[in-house]
Amino acid sequence: MSSNTSRRRWPLLLPPLLWQLTFFLLPLLFLFVISFWSVVNFRLEPDMTLKNWDFMLSRSSFWSAYGHTWALALGAAVVTTCCSFPAACSLAFTVSERTRKLALMFLVVPFFTSYLVRVYSWQAFLADNGIVNALLALVGLDGLPMLNSDFGSLVGYVTLALPLVTLVQTMGLAQIDRNLIEAAHNLRAGPVRTLFEVIMPLAKPSLVVGALFAFILAFGDFVAPTYLGGGAPPTLSNLIIDTTKSGQQWPRAAVVAIVMILTLVVTSLAAVRLAYGRRK
Amino acid sequence: MKEEDKSLLSPFRRRFLQGSSALAVGSALPLSLVSASSSAQTAGQPRTLTMLAWYGHAEPDIVAEFEAKYNVKVKPKYYTGGDNMLALISQSPAGTYDLILSDAEYVPQLRKAGYLERLEAKDYAFDDYFPEFQKFPGHWDGNDLYAVMVRFGFLGVAYNTDAVPESKARSFKVYWDPAYKGKVGHFDWYLPNMGEISLYAGHKAPYRLEGDQFAKLKGVMKSLRPQVAGFFDYGGTFSGLKNGQLQLVCGIGDWITGTLARSGAKVSSVVPDEGGLQWTESLSIGKGTRNRDLAKAFIQYITSAQGQVKSAKMAAYPALIPNRKGWELLAQSDPAEARRQGMVLQGHSVMDDIRSGKIVFRQLPVQQSIEDWNDFWSEYKEKA
Repeated sequence: MSSNTSRRRWPLLLPPLLWQLTFFLLPLLFLFVISFWSVVNFRLEPDMTLKNWDFMLSRSSFWSAYGHTWALALGAAVVTTCCSFPAACSLAFTVSERTRKLALMFLVVPFFTSYLVRVYSWQAFLADNGIVNALLALVGLDGLPMLNSDFGSLVGYVTLALPLVTLVQTMGLAQIDRNLIEAAHNLRAGPVRTLFEVIMPLAKPSLVVGALFAFILAFGDFVAPTYLGGGAPPTLSNLIIDTTKSGQQWPRAAVVAIVMILTLVVTSLAAVRLAYGRRK
Repeated sequence: MKEEDKSLLSPFRRRFLQGSSALAVGSALPLSLVSASSSAQTAGQPRTLTMLAWYGHAEPDIVAEFEAKYNVKVKPKYYTGGDNMLALISQSPAGTYDLILSDAEYVPQLRKAGYLERLEAKDYAFDDYFPEFQKFPGHWDGNDLYAVMVRFGFLGVAYNTDAVPESKARSFKVYWDPAYKGKVGHFDWYLPNMGEISLYAGHKAPYRLEGDQFAKLKGVMKSLRPQVAGFFDYGGTFSGLKNGQLQLVCGIGDWITGTLARSGAKVSSVVPDEGGLQWTESLSIGKGTRNRDLAKAFIQYITSAQGQVKSAKMAAYPALIPNRKGWELLAQSDPAEARRQGMVLQGHSVMDDIRSGKIVFRQLPVQQSIEDWNDFWSEYKEKA
């Protein structure tokens, strides 16, 4: 009976499998294959050479871009998680169901606008003679260099990831059994202890998954490091652009892309293990 | 049902005839449609002329008159940078682009790769061109012509006129001035930037460098890196200059600052004393085009005196023009713009800068590979 049921379910699995095969595995395979091709007179030529891998992985600029990208993405994950958490707590615990739904709907609104436009608009705030520095000057403080820096990139990443991370955290926090929080209060645990010993452990999966989303979005983002970070030092996405500009070296760009994908796969697996792994 | 059975049982010849007539009806339908479409075309349906170009070259301010005259719609595919253009061509079947607008240094590569049709020199108004541009390097292979120069411009020091006095901007040395630390930007393309700094390093032929000269260029560039705010594409350069975040930009010229100045931004460009670079845009006919005559007519249109004036004042970005009669017409129709761009037939003009040797053509590296230069560019971007 059960084998009959699973046989009947097979056709239902077919569409997602076909989808994954067509739009993920085949392009990925193609990306992997062209990383072994050559470029002759600006044209891709099928080949089976390791020179692209050797060239990219032996360059200090590649590893420095890798380290820089990793650090920025980690920073984005931490900053976004910290910025989202108070808002998510508030939405999950202090407002009515109706208000929460309304707020969650508003969290989606930023996605109605182009990310590029939102990043460009940040320039008006972060420029040396922009709005933030004008406000600082009003209270007698010196202006800060914010645009064309890692800080600028981080602002862009947070702009990109904050709504999504807040959404994930809110949904995770809202599912926490309130009786456990009340029990902690009844047992005389203060708000801080309740937060760190009850709420955060219970919300761990949503906190980790939210941070993972922020990491993934920041790791591959090209817009923020280019338009708010000044493109220097380059991130891996900047490096891909530079590589394709350098005589159409798509195979080398494919090497960078594969390393990025592998990094994200490993990071995701580690994050999932951290989020859902059993406590000892 | 019985009728069907009968037909199945009918003799082979009858079935063959039935099948043939069905086939004839089926094939006649599309043929009549093609014929109808062809009549519609002659009756007023516009043809399509495809163009691969930098942004702006197929906008109404440039092509509207041509479209109306020839009942044609110019369909552009815009690119950003020569490498992007090469990628688009190499990934498209022959005949995809009727017209190809490229930077002059890429014409020999396009020709060698077999992407261009040979042109007839007598079809174009070279006699109206300044002599320097009649046989432009790279456009000819012996006596065979492959591209016609349309417009050009200079690359030097772009600066914020409120923050930087012109006297300082007249030398590339200004990039190293401590007063502008963190305010110097690069247009993110190795070729114009490294060419400019190569001129500053004293190389009269900035792209033809021996090993020690290339090493010197790298050293000079590295010394500039602490001054640099960042590396920007067209949009980033535009906004950086406009909002005052960048006070000096290396690797650009009037093609950006001229556009910004039109909207009131306090920016300008100058060719410094060490010299400047010339960028050049040229039109070719794509290999395998099915609209050769129309493509030829477009090149004739845009290189005529009237077309050249449109090109000089192009809304997307202004440029200098190689047609002397175009200069004359511009002086009559818009003397202020002619003076602003230095295209004046009396007094000092941009042609004097070219003739004095102050301006050199931007070109691809001669002794080193493109990759050698671009790899250094990536390395340069990495370290402050």
